[in-house]
Amino acid sequence: MLHLVLFSVFGAICVAGAVNLLVQRHPINSALSLVVVMASLAAEYLLLGAEFVAAVQVIVYAGAIMVLFVFVIMLLNAGEEERTTGSHVAWLLGIPGMLTGGIIICWALLRHANAGEASIGALPGHPNDIAQLLFHEFLLPFEVTSILVLIAIMGAVVLAAGPDSESKRRVE
Amino acid sequence: MSILTFIIVSVIKIVLVIFVLLTAVAYTVWLERKVVGRMQNRWGPTRVGPFGLLQPAADGVKFLFKEDLTPPHVYKPLYIAAPMLAVIFAITSIAVIPFGNWVTVGNISTPLQITDVNIGLLIVLGITSLGVYGVALSGWSSNSKYSLLGGLRASAQMVSYEIALGLSLVGVLILAGTFSLRGIVDAQAGHFWGFIPNWFIFRGGQIVAFFIYLTAAYAETNRIPFDLPEAETELVAGYHTEYSAMKFAMFFMAEYSNMITVACIASLLFLGGWRGPVFGPFWLQEILPLFWFMLRVFVFLFIYIWVRGTLPRFRYDQLMAFGWKFLLPVSIANLVITALVVALK
Amino acid sequence: MIPLSYYLVLSGILFACGVMGFLIKRNIITIFMSIELMLNGVNLSFVAFAAKWGQLSGQVFVFFVMVVAAAEAAVGLAIIIAVFRTRETLNIDRVNLLKL
Repeated sequence: MLHLVLFSVFGAICVAGAVNLLVQRHPINSALSLVVVMASLAAEYLLLGAEFVAAVQVIVYAGAIMVLFVFVIMLLNAGEEERTTGSHVAWLLGIPGMLTGGIIICWALLRHANAGEASIGALPGHPNDIAQLLFHEFLLPFEVTSILVLIAIMGAVVLAAGPDSESKRRVE
Repeated sequence: MSILTFIIVSVIKIVLVIFVLLTAVAYTVWLERKVVGRMQNRWGPTRVGPFGLLQPAADGVKFLFKEDLTPPHVYKPLYIAAPMLAVIFAITSIAVIPFGNWVTVGNISTPLQITDVNIGLLIVLGITSLGVYGVALSGWSSNSKYSLLGGLRASAQMVSYEIALGLSLVGVLILAGTFSLRGIVDAQAGHFWGFIPNWFIFRGGQIVAFFIYLTAAYAETNRIPFDLPEAETELVAGYHTEYSAMKFAMFFMAEYSNMITVACIASLLFLGGWRGPVFGPFWLQEILPLFWFMLRVFVFLFIYIWVRGTLPRFRYDQLMAFGWKFLLPVSIANLVITALVVALK
Repeated sequence: MIPLSYYLVLSGILFACGVMGFLIKRNIITIFMSIELMLNGVNLSFVAFAAKWGQLSGQVFVFFVMVVAAAEAAVGLAIIIAVFRTRETLNIDRVNLLKL
C-alpha cells in the first residue's frame, strides 16, 4: 500500500515533468522540468533499493549534466521557440503517432508481461557490492568509458573553443 | 519504538536542529563582522546590545521591513524561485549530519542526527551539486549584465571545485569503508602511540586531503579568496545585484548555511567528529560530545573568517587554473597514494 | 508489493515523451533534452529488471549509460555552440542548407 502510494506520487511527478518539458516554449523551463524528472527518478530508484544509483543520478545527471545544459542556455541566450511549417507538420503527425504507440506499449506491458512483483527495496544496491562488480567483472567497460570521457572532453574543448582563438594566439 | 513515538521524536529533532541552524547562521554573521572588524583594527558591531549581540536580530527586522522591489525586466518565476532554491538546498544537507552519540531519555533511545542514511556523504555531495542552480538561475533571471556574468562565473567555479572536493573525500572513504557519516566517525575511535587520537588527519595521513577539502570548500561557498562572482568592486554584487530585502537575506542565509555544513563535514571526516574526553555525571556525559563537535565547528568557522580578513581575492582565470591544474591532480595523487597504502597493508 | 510492469509502464511513458519531444520541438537544445529524457526512461527499465532478476549488473549498467550520456551531452552541446556561432540561430528548421 505504502509502496503503491509512493510509486504513484513520484511517478506522477515524473510524467508531469516530462509533459511540461514538451509543453513549455522556453528552453530554460524545459531544462528545469527535466531536473524535476531526474530527481523523482532518483526517488523511484530508491524505492527499488538502488541507493548508490539514486545518489549518482542526483550528483551526475541532475547536478552536473543539467547544469551544463542550463549553462549553455544562459550563454547562448536562447529565446522562445518560433512556429514554422516544419513544426506544424510534426505536431500533426507526431503527437497522434506517439500517443498511439505509447498506449499500445502500456497495454501490452500491463496485460501480457508476466514480470512478477517488486517490493520496497527489492534489490539493495550497496556501494560495496556495486564496486565489486564494477572492478572485477566490468573492469574493461569501466576503463573504456573512462577513455571515452577523455575523448569527449578533448572534443568538446576543441569544438567550443572555435577557430578564431588559435589565430589570435599566434598573432600575439 | 513504535511508529508514533518515532515520528514525534523525529519532528522534535527537526524543529530543534532547524532552530539551532538558523540561530547559528545569524550569529555566524555577527562573528564574522566582529572578527573581521577586529582584524581591521576597528570594533565591529557594538551598539545593539552588549558586544553587539543583538545585531542579527536588528538585521532580521531590517530585512523583513525593507521594500521588496521586483525590477520590471526580470523573468519573474525564476527570479522568485532562485533564492528559495538556494536556501532549501543549503538547509537540507543538515539532515544527515550527526552531532553526537545516541542519547537515552527515559526509555527512548535516539541518535543525535535527524536520519542516518548509509549513503550520507553522497547525499551531502549531491545537495552541494544541486546548490549551483540557485546561483545560476538567479544570475540569469535578473536579466542584467552584471548578474549574468556573476552567475555564469559562480556556477562555473562551483562546478569546477566540486570535483576536487569530492575526490579529496574519497581518501577518507577508503580508510573508513562506509559512506555513512556516523560510520566514518566511529572508524576514528581510539588512540595510537598513547595519546594522539585516531583521527583521519593524523593516523590516516589525510592532511593533504584536509587542505584540499578546505580550499575547495572556500571555492564552493564563494568565499574569499574565491569570491570574485560576488565581489563588490568587480561586479557590483554579482548574481544577487538585483535582489533586495528578504530575497537577498535568503542568499546570505544560504551562503552561511553552506559554510556551517562544510565545517560540520570537515570536522566529521577529518577531525573525529564528536570524540573528546567524556567525564562527569550522566547528563554531562550526554552533552559533552555535542560540545566537542560544536567546538570543532566553531574553530572551522573562525578559520573561514580569518582567511576572509587576510587574503586578497583570485582573478577569475587564476581561480579556474588553480582548480583544474593544481587541486585536481593533487587530489587524484592523494587518492592513489591512500589506495596504495591501504592495499599494501 | 506492486507489479513490476508499473515501473516498465512509467519507463515507457518517459521514453514516449522523449521521442515526442524529439519529433515536435524545434529548438536544438530542447531536442537534446528529449534525448536525455529517453536515456532516463531506459535507466529506469534497467534498474527495474535488475530488481526482478536479482542481479546487480543492471544497476552497474545504469552507470555506463550515465557516463555515455554525460560524454554525449558535452560533445553535443559543444557542437550546438559551434553551430550557433556560424548560423546565429537555434531553430533547426533554419539549419537546413549546407551553405550558410
